Amino acid sequence: MPFDPTIAAIRFGMGLSPNIASPSSVDDMLAMLEEPDVAAQLVEIPKYNVAYPSLLDLREAGQAFSRARGTDDEDAATQRRDEVIEAAHFASWGAIGATLGRAAHTPDGFRERLVHFWADHFTVRATHGNHRHLVSAYIEEAIRPNVTQTFGDMLVAAATSAMMILYFDQHQSMGPNSQAASRNDRGLNENLARELLELHTLGVGGSYGQTDVRELAELLTGVTTNAAKGAHFNADRAEPGAETVLGVDYGGDEETMDNVVAVLRDLAVHPDTARHLSQKLAVHFISPTPDASLIDAMTARYLETGGALIPVYDAMLRHDAAWGHDFEKVKQPFDFIASSVRALGVPLDVIVDADVRALRRTVRIPMNVMGQTWQAPIGPDGWSEDAEDWITPQGMAGRITWSMTLPVQLLDNLPDPREFVFAALGPTPPDAVLFAANAAETIGDGVGIVLASAAFQRR
Amino acid sequence: MDRRRFLMSGAALGCSAAASPFVTPVAMAAAPWDARLVVIILRGAMDGIDVIQPYGDQNLAGLRPSLLTGEDGGATDLDGFFSLNRHFEPLMPLWNAGQFGAVHAVSTPYRDKRSHFDGQDILEAGLPDLSGGGLRDGWLNRMLQVVPGLEAEVAFAIGREQMLVLSGDAPASRWSPDARLTISANARALLNVVHHDDPLFRDASQDAIEIAEQISMQEEIDEETQDMMTANPMMNSVRVGGEHVKIAEFAASRLRGDTRIASFSVNGWDTHARQSSTLSRGARALSDTILTLRAGLGPVWDKTAVLCLTEFGRTARENGSKGTDHGTGGAMLYAGGALRGGQVIGQWPGLGNGDLYDGRDLLPTRDVRDYAAWVMRGLIGLDQATLEQAIFPGLQMGPNPGLVL
Repeated sequence: MPFDPTIAAIRFGMGLSPNIASPSSVDDMLAMLEEPDVAAQLVEIPKYNVAYPSLLDLREAGQAFSRARGTDDEDAATQRRDEVIEAAHFASWGAIGATLGRAAHTPDGFRERLVHFWADHFTVRATHGNHRHLVSAYIEEAIRPNVTQTFGDMLVAAATSAMMILYFDQHQSMGPNSQAASRNDRGLNENLARELLELHTLGVGGSYGQTDVRELAELLTGVTTNAAKGAHFNADRAEPGAETVLGVDYGGDEETMDNVVAVLRDLAVHPDTARHLSQKLAVHFISPTPDASLIDAMTARYLETGGALIPVYDAMLRHDAAWGHDFEKVKQPFDFIASSVRALGVPLDVIVDADVRALRRTVRIPMNVMGQTWQAPIGPDGWSEDAEDWITPQGMAGRITWSMTLPVQLLDNLPDPREFVFAALGPTPPDAVLFAANAAETIGDGVGIVLASAAFQRR
Repeated sequence: MDRRRFLMSGAALGCSAAASPFVTPVAMAAAPWDARLVVIILRGAMDGIDVIQPYGDQNLAGLRPSLLTGEDGGATDLDGFFSLNRHFEPLMPLWNAGQFGAVHAVSTPYRDKRSHFDGQDILEAGLPDLSGGGLRDGWLNRMLQVVPGLEAEVAFAIGREQMLVLSGDAPASRWSPDARLTISANARALLNVVHHDDPLFRDASQDAIEIAEQISMQEEIDEETQDMMTANPMMNSVRVGGEHVKIAEFAASRLRGDTRIASFSVNGWDTHARQSSTLSRGARALSDTILTLRAGLGPVWDKTAVLCLTEFGRTARENGSKGTDHGTGGAMLYAGGALRGGQVIGQWPGLGNGDLYDGRDLLPTRDVRDYAAWVMRGLIGLDQATLEQAIFPGLQMGPNPGLVL
């Protein structure tokens, strides 16, 4: 099957828009990835290192409050602490609006999808209610700039980020024979090491065993974070001596971050990683049962280029299987909402200026009902790729209700359903949807039927 | 032979409903048994050693110097060997009534990689491993499959998550505390047109509409649940308003009607750090859940079995963060008037150095599926061959542990 701009926008992007052109070719899609990140410039989300409030801001406000208790400064310190916490909550809602705004208005939808894909691959969750805004900040810093670089770059950035360290309790881990462990009663925590092998690199069927998990965990000791310094390496906690992961010795002379980076770079270019990630990308974008020749082509490009990601995307997009007319994937709830907002042409300022109530009503609660709690999958394996997990009775209740009730709250004037069916589905909508869009009793129902249709939900 | 009995024997013989002239005229049937089965998946790997503490094992204190156990840790002695973690104290009245108990040193057949996700898949699939591929149904769904022609109302998966244990070819219903459906009759008809050729979307939309209609009729029953709960003194310790309480209330309201099977998750057991406090969240949620079921079910509680299963146990030794890491053997908790509670059963393997699995984990001495299978045998009357071949393929159930009264 040849390239098709409608499929490019729907399957590989954030959907069609009445105001933004769809990609004109695979070259066009890849060229946008090589060029500056326009969506990031369109709407800003602060990176982790400049996000406000930082973990240090939160800690200092909390400590100042504790110190001031019972003194004349108590009121001022309480007010200061509450302001910082409120700023954190405000930032987390702001990131939802910004993420939606980018999705609805970017000309480079493929990049947006890649950011979501890789952020899910490197899932982290906030470990405290006041840290939620830092998940988007982590994505902005560790994931987004690296979706066009090598996988090794992204792996190092994500695995050594404060959010990942906190999520897996890596900051609690110490080498059993480290100097730090000799002074207190803490020891090794295997959690990050296990997920690095199982989820992030080789995959659960990969060629590693429990010994590799333990040795990698020992090598990772020293990788830690705290509020004042952020993520850093503390040799005091590191297990002394060399560790052997997949038959390769790391370290031995001195415990440094270099050893950790070295093992991550090696894992990143392992053949199991290449195949695992190629399969995962193809399953995410194209089909639950992707063509074997597609996976082979992507894996080969990955290994030839040392894990450079744009060539892997190139191999995927240039394969015939990418452009088939079976729409086997279903939009996850965020993508469903974002592509609806995009198809409706909701102006950017309406999205990014939306208040907390509007975002809760339009995005947060509907996503929960549809089965996707914002930035909080149950486990580090992220969201399901299976259509059956999303298109459940309850999931459909959420999607139908959103389609029927939310558009009129987002726009003063809804589009004519007879035109909207083309704006949302492209030049050749299915006959049944075309009929239904024309047969609806009201404009709201007509728009809603188009959005609730399988033709809009599938990609 | 009445129709229900016929259905049961058909199930045991493996007859299909479509092949039977006696069954086909009745499109969808209510369940041909009366007992209620609630399966709660404890996601995150519950530390069985900390919940049902073997404080009579001389090795325990050395393995867990900071995780206080027994009466020093505020736990309640159960039988002179095991004690119940202090966070589960609200369940002691049920223990004393013989309606809450535990099976110790059990696990699924999953070994060594200790991944939550694979562990949960294996637990819910009810299979020895996932090597066969094609993992698409759960053991509770296969139980429904052997009783052909059941209506979807018979089984309910509740909550926001996909419950693999109830997923599969047999119809089952699903509900979340905040699902609503807003659609006009005309739009509903058009939606049927639009989804006519897409079975996944067509079936999900139709079920959504049916459930929404049922739930709007359910409000009276929900009021009834509230009345029953306020009348029950055990409910004093339940904090109202949590999502798990809403889920349990909804489950109870359904189970008082035609629903026979309900399944949902209680999460929050992945206690890698500061376990003495982090365990309290899951414990509190599970205690509230069981007590809400107890109160909401009223007289139906007497024919109810609640099984609480987790993907694996946790390391016998505490880790450096005053928590525990992913392990192997653990405990299954159970409750309900249909089961013989007030006991901790299972063969205790010991916690000495040579006793531990892989030198680190509680050694499982029996497959947890044995207990689930025997409960279904006793509660629903399924025969052993069906359980060992269709529901838990390849399982050998072993001797009857006698859990069902």
